[in-house]
Amino acid sequence: MGVLILTPEKVARLEKLLHDYLIAIGVNLALLIDEAGNILVSVGQNEEVDVTSLAALAAANFGATNQIAKLLGEDDFSILYHKGKKDNIHLSKIGEDVILVTVFTDEVPLGLVRLKASQVAKEIQAL
Amino acid sequence: MALIDLKKKEIYCKIVYYGPGRSGKTTNLLYIYNALPDKFKGKLLTIETKGERTLFFDLLPLSLGKIKDLDIRLQLYTVPGQALYKPARKIVLKGADGVVFVADSLRIRREKNKESLADLREHLLEWQMDIHEIPLVFQYNKRDLEKMGIPILSIEELQEDLNKDLKAPYFEAVAPKGIGVFETLKTISKMSVRYIAQKYLK
Ligand SMILES: Nc1nc2c(ncn2[C@@H]2O[C@H](COP(=O)(O)OP(=O)(O)OP(=O)(O)O)[C@@H](O)[C@H]2O)c(=O)[nH]1
Ligand SMILES: [Mg+2]
Repeated sequence: MGVLILTPEKVARLEKLLHDYLIAIGVNLALLIDEAGNILVSVGQNEEVDVTSLAALAAANFGATNQIAKLLGEDDFSILYHKGKKDNIHLSKIGEDVILVTVFTDEVPLGLVRLKASQVAKEIQAL
Repeated sequence: MALIDLKKKEIYCKIVYYGPGRSGKTTNLLYIYNALPDKFKGKLLTIETKGERTLFFDLLPLSLGKIKDLDIRLQLYTVPGQALYKPARKIVLKGADGVVFVADSLRIRREKNKESLADLREHLLEWQMDIHEIPLVFQYNKRDLEKMGIPILSIEELQEDLNKDLKAPYFEAVAPKGIGVFETLKTISKMSVRYIAQKYLK
């Protein structure tokens, strides 16, 4: 069993990265979660959203989809995207244990979110 | 995987209630949710079928107590006990820091308890965890059924079937009445937090 220890410096660095790459392009909410469903950091507006539940469900969603991938003979699906009437959610894997969750409206192009998510993932992995 | 956030001064600990279908896992969370004042609890999240059987998991976030100067955040999860939902159990178990095994005292559920414990052992191994190492507590639930003339297993039988080599702490319970519920929670959370702290907070 591993334990992840977040120091204030690390949190600050992660928050800045999420800000610079994602909030800057108009994403409403960006979260880093682990595969147990814990929130590592969260940035953006989140008063209305229950982020604890969101993190647990996103982790479970990813876990379930990975099992589906195995059934189909895929390694895993490293990106999930759900489109709503108003909000869209994009989930992408960073390394082995971390998932990046972004919530955004139609005003932000999906392609841009994809690009920025993959760029920020590289920076986070480098930390 | 436990999480220690030194900025917020919080330690996160994931506790999973495991056991066969209908043993009373969700009932434990409901009792805890209803008994605690708002300041200690978050939203209760349930993913269930129409028949109130757990489909994926329940989640109850709690904020109880302190260790060193860290606030303890417990995330209580239940798994779906029905055999069919084996893949979901594996997912929910990922990153667990402690397990409560809720066994059904009903005599006719004897084999189901044993199967569910074997299933737990197997899933833990898949996540590179050893059932002998992870904090574990047994809860022998539905002790009230005896009074209704329904055949139940004795504590000796349950211990022999499930806890003979594990020698984990155990509690008798009647979950809807809250009997044994907080005793179980207190013990598993102490064990789990201590386990994390011993390893990582010197
Ligand atoms: N008499 C009695 N009934 C109980 C007790 N604990 C739970 N029950 C009842 O047993 C039924 C199943 O309880 P749940 O808590 O939903 O069971 P579960 O373990 O979550 O079941 P799954 O979600 O299918 O895995 C409910 O009707 C409960 O009220 C108990 O101690 N005594
Ligand atoms: Mg249930």
